[in-house]
Amino acid sequence: MKNKIIRGIPVSPAIVIGRAFLHSQKDAAFTRSKKKGNIDEEIFKLEKARKKSLRQLRSLKTELKKLPTSEPVRLIDVQILFLQDPLFLNSVEKRIRNNQESAEESIFNLLESLKSDFEEIPNSYISGRYLDVKDVGDRLLRNLNDEEIEMELEGRNNIIVANRLSPTETAQMSIDKVSGIVTERGGKTSHTAIIAEALNIPAVVGVSGLLNEVESGDEIIVDGISGIVVVNPDENTKRRFEQKEKEAKKIQQEFLKHKDLPAITLDGYSIDICANIELPMELAFIEKYGAKGVGLLRTEFLYFTSDSIPDEEVQYRFYSKIAKMCSPDYVIVRTLDLGGDKVFKAKAKEEANPFLGWRGIRFALSNEGIFKTQLRAILRASSMGNIRLLIPMVSQVEEMIEVRRILEDIMEELRKEGHSFDENIEIGAMVEVPSVCLLADHFAKVVDFFSIGTNDLTQYALAVDRGNKRVSGLYDHLDPSVLKLMKMTIEQAHHNNRWVGVCGGIAADIVAIPLLVGLEVDELSLPPSYIPQVKNVIRGLSLKEAKELLEQVENKESAIEVREFMRNELLKRFPSLKNILLEVEK
Amino acid sequence: MFQKKAKIMNSLGIHARPASMLVKLASNFESTIELEKDDIHVNAKSIMGVLMLASEKGQEIIVRASGKDEKEAIDSIVELIEKRKFDEE
Repeated sequence: MKNKIIRGIPVSPAIVIGRAFLHSQKDAAFTRSKKKGNIDEEIFKLEKARKKSLRQLRSLKTELKKLPTSEPVRLIDVQILFLQDPLFLNSVEKRIRNNQESAEESIFNLLESLKSDFEEIPNSYISGRYLDVKDVGDRLLRNLNDEEIEMELEGRNNIIVANRLSPTETAQMSIDKVSGIVTERGGKTSHTAIIAEALNIPAVVGVSGLLNEVESGDEIIVDGISGIVVVNPDENTKRRFEQKEKEAKKIQQEFLKHKDLPAITLDGYSIDICANIELPMELAFIEKYGAKGVGLLRTEFLYFTSDSIPDEEVQYRFYSKIAKMCSPDYVIVRTLDLGGDKVFKAKAKEEANPFLGWRGIRFALSNEGIFKTQLRAILRASSMGNIRLLIPMVSQVEEMIEVRRILEDIMEELRKEGHSFDENIEIGAMVEVPSVCLLADHFAKVVDFFSIGTNDLTQYALAVDRGNKRVSGLYDHLDPSVLKLMKMTIEQAHHNNRWVGVCGGIAADIVAIPLLVGLEVDELSLPPSYIPQVKNVIRGLSLKEAKELLEQVENKESAIEVREFMRNELLKRFPSLKNILLEVEK
Repeated sequence: MFQKKAKIMNSLGIHARPASMLVKLASNFESTIELEKDDIHVNAKSIMGVLMLASEKGQEIIVRASGKDEKEAIDSIVELIEKRKFDEE
């Protein structure tokens, strides 16, 4: 199909045009050899594939050592040990010799039997390691059919198209000199997204319907700035993207040069620009993109990596490390936001309406043990730097009063135990439920600050489920109703001397920045790679004109009107943004 | 032959990273080294074996070695498990 445009989530802001290469996670059934050699031939084949796999993993390890985290290297270590494991190799060999299986069959069958063995292990942290075994088994299988894998390396400008990629597969891409990555699954904080960004590979993830639209060999555009994928573009579209790519590169290098300048408007209004962080490996981006501390530290990943609750010490060390690293800038730690779309494995319960259900602070208050462990760890870490505490999914004033009561108890405990902590730690509420906006003056009496999470606020204000294709078109954080809710909150907060941050998707939406300035937000927190361009816009505006723009926008009645108007206004002031703002017709 | 008991101290148990540390350490010794838990015996130089032992915090395993460096092997493995807690705490 000509010029097919599909949208996804942009994760690595660059553009590339190349040839699609479908990376299928080949099942062993697919690679099972058609013709079987004699026993010695099969064992020789296996040994060849094993050596090749070892070579690949070792060079992958060298490559991964360049990343700011050691986690992927550890994954590779386990796989290398498997390829050298006498028990593993003997089991495969035994199958070939005694059961007359081909090399492929023996690996496939061994993986199957290991799978059921691992499933019996009650500790899911250990049983989850089957994925590592499968990863290495799949590699062996692919290398046994080696014609397939070599194809990947041919030619230039290969764009990998996949359902999803494992972290090691993503890292492998950098060795294979892959030019771009598009996946059907995955989000902004998936490993693919983070590694792709660290390696500067243009990528779009979460592109639904992708695999139905693309075939190997198709020409494909990956726009990691706007999150657009174009399959078999026509000449005109191609030219526009080539232009956009050139310009975007130039502008981004320009932005990056000024990343450490403060975000101050022409008439002296200053905003803190902080980073949204979830995984430890993202910490390197704080410095790279010139963030002033962390405006949103998500903590769910600590809970997702295992079924067991991470203990106080593990959490304390993690929070302390970040606090020290960012000091004297602050780190806002959001307590666990489980439920909704982020279901906690150990506590998962089916709910008819999870987004209106048992999530965020509601979950935390009814699991006080888990909540207290986290609060203790955060409070203790507050002595190592500048930490602030943020509570998610608040909808009632009473909830914040209850949180304060629990905190008082914990502080008393810590004093008795002789632990030091910040006695005046700031405590904030996420503004995600419209009730908080409407009662902001009451909330202001029980919080030190507000942090507006526009993704959920938009969803609750418009009653639109972002994940539901049939209605997701109605979702836009520039909807005038959402802006009005934000305005109410900020006015009431400032009236009561409380500061307000914004940490949702709107903070990285460049056309929204003048409006956020006009609303006089005190802080913006966003995915780090967007920081340089956001700063650039703030530095090129005055508060006065931002307020005028906001006033004009308040007369609009739809998000479409607001977006169109802001795009034009922004282009008038920043003609160099033209190519970043380039949209393709739907 | 020489053997000692070791109690798992790190909170996540012997998952992938500790398992690879243990296997790498064990492989430095000439002796045959085995781990035992609940009547299951595995080769300490096999990552598959060590993972399948599924040792969790608080559980005890027996470390057994035979060969000319058996004593040294046992001591360093027990130290890794109990004292160093796999460098995780």
